[in-house]
Amino acid sequence: MSLETRRRRAAWLFLTPALGLLTLFFVLPVVAGLALSLTDFDLYVVASPRTMRFIWLKQFVDVLRDAQFWNALRNTLYFVIVGGPLSVGVSLGAALLLNSRLVKARGLFRTVYFAPVLTTLVSVAIVWRYLYHPGYGLLNSFLSVIGIPGVDWLGDPRWAMPAIILLAVWKNFGYNMLIFVAGLQAIPGQLYEAAAIDGATSVQTFRHVTLPGLAPTFFFVGVTTMIGFFQVFAEPYVMTQGGPVGSTRTLVLHMYEEGFRWWRMGEASALAVLLLLITLLGALVQIRLAGGRR
Amino acid sequence: MRGGRWRGVILHAGLIGGAVLTLAPLIWMTAVSLMHPGEANTAKLNLWPEAPTLENYRHLFTRLNMARHFLNSAVVSCAATLLSVLVNSLAGYALAKLHFPGRDILFRRMTAAMVIPAQVGMLPLFLLLRQLGLVNTIGGVLVPYLASIFGIVLIRQYALSIPDDLLDAARMDGAGEFHIFRLVALPIMKPILVTMAAFTFLSAWNDFMWPLIVLSDEKLQTLPVALAKLAGEHVQDTELMMAGSVITILPPLIVFLLFQKVYVEGIVAGSVKE
Repeated sequence: MSLETRRRRAAWLFLTPALGLLTLFFVLPVVAGLALSLTDFDLYVVASPRTMRFIWLKQFVDVLRDAQFWNALRNTLYFVIVGGPLSVGVSLGAALLLNSRLVKARGLFRTVYFAPVLTTLVSVAIVWRYLYHPGYGLLNSFLSVIGIPGVDWLGDPRWAMPAIILLAVWKNFGYNMLIFVAGLQAIPGQLYEAAAIDGATSVQTFRHVTLPGLAPTFFFVGVTTMIGFFQVFAEPYVMTQGGPVGSTRTLVLHMYEEGFRWWRMGEASALAVLLLLITLLGALVQIRLAGGRR
Repeated sequence: MRGGRWRGVILHAGLIGGAVLTLAPLIWMTAVSLMHPGEANTAKLNLWPEAPTLENYRHLFTRLNMARHFLNSAVVSCAATLLSVLVNSLAGYALAKLHFPGRDILFRRMTAAMVIPAQVGMLPLFLLLRQLGLVNTIGGVLVPYLASIFGIVLIRQYALSIPDDLLDAARMDGAGEFHIFRLVALPIMKPILVTMAAFTFLSAWNDFMWPLIVLSDEKLQTLPVALAKLAGEHVQDTELMMAGSVITILPPLIVFLLFQKVYVEGIVAGSVKE
């Protein structure tokens, strides 16, 4: 046996456990999920699998006619379009502060800002539920100290989603902050020196040196944050159960309820496929934007 | 330089303000977890326990079976960590250092698959595990954590830096590929494996949706699932819920503080795309 064949065989042996697991527990389920979205799989089918029928795209037609889907999509887009950029903006702000040459105890601040990323989402969602309590929550107490009337954060349909976004920003900004810090450090120092020699103001330097230098980082952070934010689930599940009046019922929460509470697995799969398509569309938009900048 | 000094002061004021806002929820959680039942739910703002007590923690462990859930979470996270490091390091190394036809296509397909939300496969995976009798078992929860495309990509990127000369020298000495992996590659890849282990532990410990779906048997539930259920039943018991949150958050925090440096490097490495 030649060295070449031996190495090739070794490669496949090394890959087999991972590829086998990925095929069995990821690729096959995804393909089956696509198929399931074309069926009428529901509670009756769970009881007797033979009654399952392929109804092809009718499942999608039904979903697209369902006001609940559009409500969930609207809520999810609200969360992604407001929460995503806000979270990325806070991350960038924190990274710029941390990256300044004047900072003392940089490591300490970095650890503190990163701490929420490590916390368990369910736990902090519970904590924030109490912080948002209209009567004795910390947030309203502080607002009343500075003379602003309190809000029933999670009980008011207008404020529930902003409240959840605030939690998500707090929980997530530390992660992208680290990536931005690395991106900032990768910008060559000569560019800043050249800008200083040319007499550029700090705003000009930021616009013409820092931002272009961060373009690849922005793209990576933008796409990964968007994918994650589209899948928002635990926050509304724990804090509001999708309420009040459906104002925080997101796509994944809607899918979970339809699929695992009511066993409408055909419909839930169609919702998951729509989530995939919307995510892909969002990624394409960002690729376009990134390409346009270059 | 006066201007420089003022800028430093403003900068640090901003940093400290941010740190206070970031830590406030966690400090409040810890303080309230040490209060007597009912102490936090008063019109007067209570920020610090008058007479700190461990009563809530005792309640969680004696009457609410928290030790059990803690153990479930520990078993799931540790098993996921060990197995995924093994599986993904083999695959990541092979994709970086062993030549075989179709390697680059395979790698590109894998990275492209990262945009697929796990939810697309979640329902069929549940039905599959139901057929296999794995619903309501620890094995069933573990299954999706074992092979991770993210982990494989992370390890591949790192393994690319292993010098080929080193591997070829070992081949000249007649070492088998697995020996080379174990004795030459693994020691070099150690930092990224530690990163990967910390990553897996944290995501398995913190995961919610999948264990929620697979584990309906209360005895098997992980901490986050049990905590979410408890939060629905004990809405008024603020102090008790805060103690539960502290217990859930503590292990990942400790893991992080132990492996902070490598973990942070791993996040940065994972963001560097070719």
